Amino acid sequence: MIRPAPGDSEIELRLLIDAIYLKYHYDFREYAAASLKRRVKSAMLKFNCATLSQLQDRVLHDPAIFPALLDVLTVPVSEMFRDPGYFRSLRETVVPLLRTYPSLKVWVAGCSTGEEAWSIAILLREEGLLSRALIYATDINPQVLQKAEAGVYEADRIAGFTENHRRSGARSSLSDYYQAAYGLAVFDKALRRHLVFSDHSLATDSVFAEVQLVSCRNVLIYFNRALQDRAVGLFRDALCRKGFLGIGAKESLRFSACADAFTALVPDDRIFQKRDAA
Amino acid sequence: MSLVLPRGREIDAVVIGTSAGGVEALMLLLPQLPAGLGAPVLIVLHLPRERPSLLARIFAPRCAIRVVEAEDKQPVEPGTVYFAPPDYHMLIDAGPQIALASDELVHHSRPSIDALFESAADAYGARLLGVILTGASADGAEGLDAIRRAGGLTVVQQPEEAYAALMIESALARGPVDFVLPLQEIAALFTAVEDGPGAAAPRPART
Repeated sequence: MIRPAPGDSEIELRLLIDAIYLKYHYDFREYAAASLKRRVKSAMLKFNCATLSQLQDRVLHDPAIFPALLDVLTVPVSEMFRDPGYFRSLRETVVPLLRTYPSLKVWVAGCSTGEEAWSIAILLREEGLLSRALIYATDINPQVLQKAEAGVYEADRIAGFTENHRRSGARSSLSDYYQAAYGLAVFDKALRRHLVFSDHSLATDSVFAEVQLVSCRNVLIYFNRALQDRAVGLFRDALCRKGFLGIGAKESLRFSACADAFTALVPDDRIFQKRDAA
Repeated sequence: MSLVLPRGREIDAVVIGTSAGGVEALMLLLPQLPAGLGAPVLIVLHLPRERPSLLARIFAPRCAIRVVEAEDKQPVEPGTVYFAPPDYHMLIDAGPQIALASDELVHHSRPSIDALFESAADAYGARLLGVILTGASADGAEGLDAIRRAGGLTVVQQPEEAYAALMIESALARGPVDFVLPLQEIAALFTAVEDGPGAAAPRPART
């Protein structure tokens, strides 16, 4: 049985990640290793590389492949109104408090292809708050941001989105917000006016605005604890007094250094509120 | 702490994969595990992705061993059964700790058995026991192969007694396993042996 000595793949992974950072300034150094390894493995298959060192060689000498590699490393997986209970709790518990603000800013951090940002725009429209709201949707991957901005999704995903939307306590029909044509659903440009898509890294950038709500779901799971702490610290600093933070259904602030800055508002749906003194 | 199997084989973690018929099989297996089992037991059981899982709630009152649904960044401790939550892959990171992932489906499944097994093989190397039980999917075959290649111990349920044999047969098709056993004897693997004698210091995961 021939296996590389233990540790070889760890060394290669670190060299690859350092190469990406030095050459392209994308910082995966503090990503959770287990999921990063899976993604890097699928990148090896995709680019026909037998070893991570070969992949590193390609990354350094063939910049044309980098966008495709970035796509693999930041696998976009999202759907509209994913975990309908989360959106139902936003409506029932957070929206009444958001109504008290004359103008609203929301930050969807790690927005990927935009499904969550568009969902929040639709929710705010249904609740009569969109006209005074601005939604910042950020991601590190410029290609997914383009898709997010376009607001165009495959029509075969719409049935799932519609069912999620219905279960989120919808006050209207999802079909009010898109036009279907040629197997695609194109979301309403009127919503688009309240969405700002922008390049932002939770690993290297800082706070850019004061917001009332941060929604960052299934992003923190890809970070190690140090980077999680950095990201949650950014959310704390971006949030206004008593602002709200929503995270993924199986994510937790329990193991975070910033846990004390928040109280659980709707524990089951992972919605938190910034503490007064924080 | 570690789990000592017959023939003195020391194990730092147990991973189990199953789908169709899995709840019934685990009903037979898990209640037999002692509270002080010297290793964590990490389980992927295929379930619908859009509904919350009741597994931890169903099994906890019937088991002596602690049973939880895994959370991201949760430390992995001996004497605990971790169920992968629906719609997330469950992986093992250095610590060892749970790392959940929302990456694409593997064999139409999230959580995927392959994803857990491959990551656990990476983290625990030869000190891992992988078990494939009843199931109607090819998920797990590659993962069990990864455990075998890392020098870990591999076990499958006897296909004749399984509710669905496809998962087991797919695993067997990838190569030989250490044991093909009826459920009752798989349970005995854990219970016939006492916890690690203390000579075996806990070994950090190799990630």
